[in-house]
Amino acid sequence: MATIEALNFQLERLPAPLPLWRAGVDAFQWVAAARAMAQAGGRLVSLWGCDRSLGPATALAVSAAYAVKEGMVWLDLALGERDTAYPDLAGIFPFAARMQRATADLLGIAAQGSEDGRPWLNHGAWPEGYFPLRRDATSGVGSMSPQPVRDYPFVPVEGDGVHEIPVGPVHAGIIEPGHFRFSVVGEKVLRLEQRLGYTHKGIEQRFTRLAPLEAHKLAGRVSGDSTVAFAWAYCMALESAAGCDVPERAQWLRALLLERERVANHLGDLGALGNDAALAFGLAQFSRLREDWLRLSGEAFGHRLMMDRVVPGGVAGDVDAAMRRRLQHQCDAIEAEVRALEAIYESHAGLQDRFATTGIVAPQLAAQLGLAGLAGRASGQPADLRCDQSWAPYERLRVKAAVRQNGDVAARVAVRFEETLESLRLIREICHSLPEGPLRGAVELPRKAATGAGWIEGWRGEVFVALELGADAGIRRCHCHDPSWQNWPVLEHAVIGNIVPDFPLINKSFNLSYSGHDL
Amino acid sequence: MWKIVRQIARAGIRTEAPPFATGEDSPVAVERIQKEILDILGQALAIRQVDAGSCNGCELEIHALNNPYYNLEGLGIRFVASPRHADMLLVTGPVSRNMEMALRRTYEATPEPRLVVAVGDCGCTGGIFGESYATCGAVANVLPVDATVPGCPPPPIEIMRGILSAVRRRR
Repeated sequence: MATIEALNFQLERLPAPLPLWRAGVDAFQWVAAARAMAQAGGRLVSLWGCDRSLGPATALAVSAAYAVKEGMVWLDLALGERDTAYPDLAGIFPFAARMQRATADLLGIAAQGSEDGRPWLNHGAWPEGYFPLRRDATSGVGSMSPQPVRDYPFVPVEGDGVHEIPVGPVHAGIIEPGHFRFSVVGEKVLRLEQRLGYTHKGIEQRFTRLAPLEAHKLAGRVSGDSTVAFAWAYCMALESAAGCDVPERAQWLRALLLERERVANHLGDLGALGNDAALAFGLAQFSRLREDWLRLSGEAFGHRLMMDRVVPGGVAGDVDAAMRRRLQHQCDAIEAEVRALEAIYESHAGLQDRFATTGIVAPQLAAQLGLAGLAGRASGQPADLRCDQSWAPYERLRVKAAVRQNGDVAARVAVRFEETLESLRLIREICHSLPEGPLRGAVELPRKAATGAGWIEGWRGEVFVALELGADAGIRRCHCHDPSWQNWPVLEHAVIGNIVPDFPLINKSFNLSYSGHDL
Repeated sequence: MWKIVRQIARAGIRTEAPPFATGEDSPVAVERIQKEILDILGQALAIRQVDAGSCNGCELEIHALNNPYYNLEGLGIRFVASPRHADMLLVTGPVSRNMEMALRRTYEATPEPRLVVAVGDCGCTGGIFGESYATCGAVANVLPVDATVPGCPPPPIEIMRGILSAVRRRR
């Protein structure tokens, strides 16, 4: 793993519960840092752009966040007044390509030397010269005539017997929209190319029109299945920019919410994965457990998905001793059920036949392509923020990361089982050791421009929020990053050589967010 | 196999009375709802769900309708893979501009008489995302809507109520 010494710049430590540093770099250092990170095993977490113009002069910048052993480093490259280009990183970190294309669509700044210049989020519905994150961009309502969406130049595959299967954006199941273009020979997938961006709803522009103390609600709707993770990351960024402390009890309750979100999603996925391999029994059983889980969340926190429970400064509500006992008892009950179902899944020959050796991402490829989070851990990438950078209260809970080496659907199922059981343990521990104290601290917005960042291990992987407040205490830029950015391109690799009917199973085993990616 | 059978037996039947049947005996209520759907549509109700730009929160709750507690299929209501097989579109939003055309085409592919139910605050009003360069806001800004189900996201029971109220409007 790369260390912070790999970068010899002046780094400024941001006041955040996790160790985060920030530094301004020039174009040369921008590339040198990326190379140093790639060589030493550092991870590129996110890449995004920003318009910091105050007066008539343009002040555009591009940022990159890297995970190193000690924490995170946020590098910022300010572009010259007439510059709209910065050095390409996709040659070093392949998955940077889509983030660079998105930055070009949103801000009109492009990666110089990048091989893929196709638009990514802009499907043609808004004019080419309109950059929604520029300071002078209008919200576009009324002033913009609707335009037809454009066709997308997919990369063609040629050869004897090759044909294409287009799927989406409206899919056959109850899932989010996206387009998949398969090039196949018979049943075998030669190539998959994704086109995403269909759920792009202008979240990052919307942030700049919301009050900082209200915007956690928007962060909680970046991806509904990760509402706690994003709300916490946003609040962490805001609290770090404002330099305020979160009471201990609130930190523990946030972890309680986050672990309950993890379990809820894993229960849903484990059922859906059984169903996609034709074991409808699995879906019936796990969806029953998930419903039990959501109902108690609804009772305990007032919302089945726990939206808007993490608020700036702390949490929205308390959990009394009687409810904590119920939560603990539910963990016992669910654990017994999950163990019984795990035994059934493991001994079911038909299921294992579909799971094992399907959709393999070998550890070496996973490292090269930056496979993140749960899917990364199933491919031998041990990163889990709760263990690596254990912020409060995780430093007291000693989380055991679930890691597998096989990188197939079976490994991603196994990681989900193990993480579910570990989270049940954590929830019991949190309910048992919950410290006394207030639920919310005061958040006083700074009177000058300020920067903050939040970094949380959500159920899918690490979510990251970079927040810049202006001197007027408004949001100048709020960038939200979902690990789906890293993992969508890897899914294209995971299906190569598999048969088309296994795609839904492989796709589900990653279960990536469209909304969290499209923003 | 016996482990599966044992687990099924142990879990028992969890299906609850549908929300429209307060105070009534559940099998009777189920029969009544089925009859009502048949009277109005002449067939079981087939739904095509379209995510036109949601945050996926609504999808999670729509999924829950198929769990054993709500057992939507037991009422003769099921989700189908193609709009050509559907009587109703269950649309979540805000409708993103990138999905606007796909949503219109899905609607055109649905045979008449077709019902549209907008699910969630965003589908009803545009929600927290509003209208912008990237979204058209409410589903009603793009398609004629028969019923709306507010909530962020609405719990499964409310979505069930919304589906039935749209069917009843057809009477």
